[in-house]
Amino acid sequence: MASRTPGTRRTGIAMKPAPFRYHLATDLPDALSALAEPDAKLLAGGQSLMPMANFRLLRPSVLIDINRVAGLGALAQQPGGIRIGALSRHATIETAALIARAHPILSHAMTHVAHPTIRNRGTIGGSLAHNDPAAEWPMLVLLLDGALTLASRRGARVVAARDFLTGPLATALAQDEMVIAIDLPDSPPGTGWGFAEIARRHGDFALAAVGVTLRAKDGCIADPRIALTGVGDTALRAGAAEAILNGQRPDAVVVAAAIAAIRDVLHPMTDLHASAAYRRHLAGVLAARAIRDAWRRAGGEA
Amino acid sequence: MIETHAITVTVNGVAGRHTVEDRLLLSDFLRGTLGLTGTHVGCEQGVCGACTVLLDGVSVRSCLTLAVQADGALVDTVEGLGEMDALSPLQELFRTYHALQCGFCTPGFLMTCVDLLRTRPLASETELREAMSGNLCRCTGCTNIVRALAAAVAARGPLKVPAP
Repeated sequence: MASRTPGTRRTGIAMKPAPFRYHLATDLPDALSALAEPDAKLLAGGQSLMPMANFRLLRPSVLIDINRVAGLGALAQQPGGIRIGALSRHATIETAALIARAHPILSHAMTHVAHPTIRNRGTIGGSLAHNDPAAEWPMLVLLLDGALTLASRRGARVVAARDFLTGPLATALAQDEMVIAIDLPDSPPGTGWGFAEIARRHGDFALAAVGVTLRAKDGCIADPRIALTGVGDTALRAGAAEAILNGQRPDAVVVAAAIAAIRDVLHPMTDLHASAAYRRHLAGVLAARAIRDAWRRAGGEA
Repeated sequence: MIETHAITVTVNGVAGRHTVEDRLLLSDFLRGTLGLTGTHVGCEQGVCGACTVLLDGVSVRSCLTLAVQADGALVDTVEGLGEMDALSPLQELFRTYHALQCGFCTPGFLMTCVDLLRTRPLASETELREAMSGNLCRCTGCTNIVRALAAAVAARGPLKVPAP
C-alpha cells in the first residue's frame, strides 16, 4: 500500500481475497476489452463472486467492475417484449411497474431471492452467468422463453435461455463474453402465473421451486409452461408435463398425470439439506400448487 | 505487484482521501483503515448481515464490497446513527425493546432497518420478518428485534410510508 495517510491506521488489516487488479470499466467497449485478458472476471453485484473471492476459490487476475457502465441496468418495453439490462438489480425488478405489468411472476419471485440487502446489489446478468442450480433467475428466464444477448470484442450474439444454461455453474458464455441484456417476450393477455418455492430459511437457495404460466381457454389450459430449479444440474422445463396439461381441464387426474411426468424427469441431488427423494416429492407438491395458482389467476373455473 | 487505487469517500459525512489496496474489502477499510469498528465482521461471505452499511443510502454487505468501489460514494455506518448519550430514535427503540443481547449483530440490524424503514411499507409482521431475514442473531433475540422494528414502523406514521 502507499504511504500512510494522516489520521488513518493501517495495522493488521487482513486481506481476504487473493491479489488482483481492479479495473473500473468506463463503458461497454472498455469492459469487453479488459475481459479479453486471461483470467479476467466481471464484477457486477458481487453477491456470489465476492464470497468466492473471499474464500480464494476464485483468483481472478483482473476484476472488471461494470457497476458504473451507463445504460447496462435499463428496463425497456420493446415491440413484442421487454428488455432487461444485465445490470438490473433484483430489488429493481421486484419493484418496477414495467415488470409488474409485463411479468408479475418476476415481481413475486424476487421476494424469494436472498434478502433485501442482497437484492440491492445482486443483478440478473450476474445470476444467469453464475447459474447456480438452485437459483431463481435461470428458471424464470427459461420459463418465460427468454433470450440473452452476449457481447464480446468479437461482436454480439443472441442465445436462447435453454441453450445458455448448460450445467451446474456452467453456461454458454465464452471466457471473453458478457451478458448485456435479457429479452422476455410478452405473454399473451390473460396469462396466469404460479410460483412456489421451499427453502430451509426464507431467502436461502431453494430446495425446490416451480414457476408456471398458462391461459384458460374454453375451460381448458392453453400454452402451459412449467419450469423448475433446485432439483437438477440446472433449471429445466417440464416439457412432458406441459404437453399433458395442454388443452385439458385441470382436474385431479390431469394434474396428477402432469406431476408424475415432472417427477419422472427430475434427477435431484442428495445433500445436507434434503434427500433426492424428498426433493422429487417436493417438486411435485409445489408444481401442483403453482398450476392451481396459475389457473386461478388466468380466470379459470375452480 | 500490489495494486492500489486512490479513493475519495465520505464516511458518516466526513470526506477523506485514501490509498487502498485493490482487494481491500469495504468492511476491513472501515474497521482497519478508519478505525470504525462499529461495523462488525461475522461470516465474511454475505450471509450474516453483521457488516451491513449504507452505500449511497442503500444497504449493502460491506464484506462483499471492495473499498475501491466506494470511491466517490457516501458510506454510512452505525457510528453515524447516534452518540452514546444521544442515541438515534431507532437505537432507542432497540434499547426499549431489549432488541440485543450480546450486540454483535446489532450494527448490521440497525443499518438494515434504516434502509427498510426508508424504502419498504413493512405493512405486516410477515413482511417485516422476511425483510429482516438477511440478518442473523445468534442470541435468539429475534423476537425483540422484530418488536423494535415494528415500533419504528408505527412511529414512522402512515403519512411517512414511502410508495412501494
